[in-house]
Amino acid sequence: MAPAPSSTSSAITLNINGEKHHLPIDHRTTLLDALRERLDLTGTKKGCDQGQCGACTVLVDQRRVVSCLSLAVAAEGREITTIEGVADADELHPVQQAFLDLDGYQCGYCTPGQVCSAIAVIEEHAAGWPSAVTDDPAPEAGPPPLTPEEIRERMSGNLCRCGAYVSIVQAVARAAGEYAAEGSTAGKHAAEGHAAGKDAAEEAAA
Amino acid sequence: MREFGYQRAHDITGAVTLLAADPDARYLGGGTNLVDLMKTGVERPALLVDVRELPLDRIEPTADGGLRIGATVTNSDLAVHPEVRRHYPALTQALLAGASGQLRNMATVGGNLLQRTRCGYFTDLSQPCNKRAPGSGCPAVAGEHHNHAVLGASDHCVAVHPSDMGVALTALDAVVSYESADGPGEVPITDFYLPVGDTPHRETALPPGALITHVTLPAAPVAARSRYRKVRERASYAFAIGSVAAALAIEDGRVREARLALGAVASRPWRARAAEAVLTGAPADGATFAAAADAELAAARPLPHNGYKVTLMRNLVVSVLTELAGEDTR
Repeated sequence: MAPAPSSTSSAITLNINGEKHHLPIDHRTTLLDALRERLDLTGTKKGCDQGQCGACTVLVDQRRVVSCLSLAVAAEGREITTIEGVADADELHPVQQAFLDLDGYQCGYCTPGQVCSAIAVIEEHAAGWPSAVTDDPAPEAGPPPLTPEEIRERMSGNLCRCGAYVSIVQAVARAAGEYAAEGSTAGKHAAEGHAAGKDAAEEAAA
Repeated sequence: MREFGYQRAHDITGAVTLLAADPDARYLGGGTNLVDLMKTGVERPALLVDVRELPLDRIEPTADGGLRIGATVTNSDLAVHPEVRRHYPALTQALLAGASGQLRNMATVGGNLLQRTRCGYFTDLSQPCNKRAPGSGCPAVAGEHHNHAVLGASDHCVAVHPSDMGVALTALDAVVSYESADGPGEVPITDFYLPVGDTPHRETALPPGALITHVTLPAAPVAARSRYRKVRERASYAFAIGSVAAALAIEDGRVREARLALGAVASRPWRARAAEAVLTGAPADGATFAAAADAELAAARPLPHNGYKVTLMRNLVVSVLTELAGEDTR
């Protein structure tokens, strides 16, 4: 779609959770506001609205991003996944289930963002991405074990005002271990992450 | 927020032409800084030219053994690229020390270089700021400046550049390539950011409307032994209060080659050439590292509330160099 340069709005199509949504949109609208105010997808939460809290985290082309600093018009043509789209029908996503089982929240406001972020963290780790706390970033060093320290660093873009961090770390570790055990896409790349995830869950629980 | 037009650029010339035609137009990369500044009214573009679909998203080897990085490569993709991790580990560490996983997935290399200071007066429209409103004054000099510059500042502006990536690129002698209405050009990153002087609103050597297209890393065997360390007020997801990118090559106990850049101490990533001069050829020991740090920081002009940065940077430089030298001087 090529809007006239002078136009300040466009008719766009957003691909969200596998469904196409057509809507006219003022260019000033963030992806977050489009989801919540225009498309009634209110699972994605508005926290700071300035990219500092992570409550609005969604996946765009499988990568986690903050939707409050993404313009809706710039998201056209991309594959958007929100918290409403992560479960498989009635079966919760393993990350959701782990948050539920291990009380990875208190009030729940940051949880959709935490869950979307954690899903991506597990994929990033499985793909061999190092983090700021990884001792040796060289590819030859192999993927670092997904320790609580690694999880805390990788999840640092998601704040929780209730301070449920201890159980959030446990939930991410358990989900990462389950991914690997089930031989999911993530697991195929991360046999090491599997064992490490369980270790981290135990260590975090200790 | 001011209303604005939006266009996706599909070729570099088209993008540059759009910017040349409208002084109120801006390039949109990841938007992590620009969209934020638009919300507060610091930036009020009439047109956004989205550059993320330009063919600038590749990282390619150069003939001389370096890397040519497209301007729209995301911070995440650059950080995890095998060649970067292998040959320029300080760059990977700098990138991973910046922002959050979400923001690194959005932010581009070009945008990272052009991000604006996080000085609270710059982002607060109710305050004067010489960078935002030239000639209006700088309240930071007598106000909140605990995280402001100790090197290269002026009475007109004491803001620091917030990039981590830029500090590593500065130590690595990166070259910034751009396309402008007058054709292509390139500038070493050490000349990319302009001295503050009395024109803090003029931040870079880019011609008006120019588009950063690539950042090139020359081959640098010394960089295989390089490191980035960042100090901040919390363990993660915060801007630096001081950082160091360093590379060291040692031969027979002496420093054969050294690269050093400091972050969060100046309006730009600060190449520490005075320190490098002390290091080169000297014994690779704690006394040399301390002398090098002192040589660089002799030019420091701290304000009443940021004198701690001088001590912090001295200790940080000595610590990182000591770590790279693989010896313990304590």
